[in-house]
Amino acid sequence: MTLLTIENLSKRFSSGGREVAAVSDVSLTLEPGETLGLVGASGSGKSTLARILMRLLPADAGAIQFEGKDWLTLSGAELRRHRARMQMVFQDVLGAFNPRATVASVLDDPLRIHAIVPKAERPRAIAALLDRVGLPASYAERSIRDVSGGQRQRIAIARAIATKPSLIVLDEAVSALDVSIRGKILELLVELQEERGISYLFVSHDLAVLRAVSHRIAVMETGRLVETGPMRQVIENPQSPAAKALIGAVPRLVTEPTEGPSHDV
Amino acid sequence: MRTLCEIRNLSVTYRGQTIPALNRIDLDIVTGERLAIIGESGSGKSTLARAVAGLLPVGAKLAGKMRWSSGQPPLPGRDLGFVFQDPSSSLNPVLTIGEQVAEGARRHLGLSWREAYGHALKMLERVRIPEPDKAMKAFPHQLSGGQRQRIAIAAALAGRPGILIADEATSALDMVVQAEIVSLLDELVREAGMTLIFITHDIALASGFADRVAIFKDGRLAEIGPTGHVLSSPKEPYTKTLIASHRDLTTPPLIREAAS
Repeated sequence: MTLLTIENLSKRFSSGGREVAAVSDVSLTLEPGETLGLVGASGSGKSTLARILMRLLPADAGAIQFEGKDWLTLSGAELRRHRARMQMVFQDVLGAFNPRATVASVLDDPLRIHAIVPKAERPRAIAALLDRVGLPASYAERSIRDVSGGQRQRIAIARAIATKPSLIVLDEAVSALDVSIRGKILELLVELQEERGISYLFVSHDLAVLRAVSHRIAVMETGRLVETGPMRQVIENPQSPAAKALIGAVPRLVTEPTEGPSHDV
Repeated sequence: MRTLCEIRNLSVTYRGQTIPALNRIDLDIVTGERLAIIGESGSGKSTLARAVAGLLPVGAKLAGKMRWSSGQPPLPGRDLGFVFQDPSSSLNPVLTIGEQVAEGARRHLGLSWREAYGHALKMLERVRIPEPDKAMKAFPHQLSGGQRQRIAIAAALAGRPGILIADEATSALDMVVQAEIVSLLDELVREAGMTLIFITHDIALASGFADRVAIFKDGRLAEIGPTGHVLSSPKEPYTKTLIASHRDLTTPPLIREAAS
């Protein structure tokens, strides 16, 4: 059964008397265990779409079915209960946490709020979550500020999987990390998906990152979905000008001396 | 080949720190070259840029030597332009684009305001701002991130400096805009015969246009050489790691794809 269906979603913002269509008439589906890479330039509406999906912003029009529920009409206790099934990992690895929190409290919150694990068993569950994302259990006592950026993103992933979600929205989740750490975080995400069947909506402007992890790719431009298809098809045979521009902009490693920039501009 | 600046045994330690951010660096900057400084967070790459530009914060301890061929350090704005990562914090939010770009030209080229505005308008055309006469009267918040970075480049170049330092100048931009800005920088620097110091974490981005690359790690210079040499036969294990971690559209995916 399809996990997520987005139908004709629209959102407008008004800015200085001007109306801007941030998302217009977008329809998408996501299957269990699948990664959909959502790519677009700045201002293409991809983050607005992610925020509507997370119920952080209301939509103007359209509908979302998630795990068989009419997701945009859920409210109150019912919405809170179902939020456990959809989690998010953000780009800003420090801004996403209470700066005074310890690693243990960051992971304790979702386990407590969503009543995943009884209190007495939580320290063990926290240690298991840390272990799963490749961190020693002794990290539980550290302040969230006293771990590196890559480790903090591992903790953000541990927090996201704590509630046993079926969908995780990854908003530029590796863009702020050093390249040598980026690959390891992507590997962790793929492992977790294979192990638990989690679906990812991976939002990024970087096609090289999306190509590594996505089964399908959807391309947005000025609020519209301009192309969707299997990963290889979109990258090897792009149809829309937006997809072609994004592909041309990926820097290539040039190992021979050259004249001028290597990318097609 | 003329050396612009000889850097010898340069160390920088920020106030309140015991570990130096830059540790005994030896590096020559060659006049007219495009030198890429590559490193990850904490490598000291931005500290080097700031030391060269004379922009280190008060209290930073500097040891070693920087010998400039002109006999004295470059005057920021006149001899050296600096483009920062985030144009929304490097531009003044309450001045019009025209004022900010003209200011440098007036001060360093000895122009009147009227002449400086004329020069600023030409600079906006050169960095390909659409409708430059309208943009002159606009404020930074009215432009997109990519346009703001073009303005920051125009302002940095307004005083016709011989050296341009770009410190992660494209990393806050999306990839399409990044490619446009890199190509613009490359073209402007070639035209004017300027020296470009391009600071980046992205070895592939630098590989496309830099003459030489210098790889920094933990405050030290790990390796330096002509771009083609370093990339095709890296000597240091760290350089090899950086090259191996690069992902582009030919890297095998991490997922198992469904048979199609």
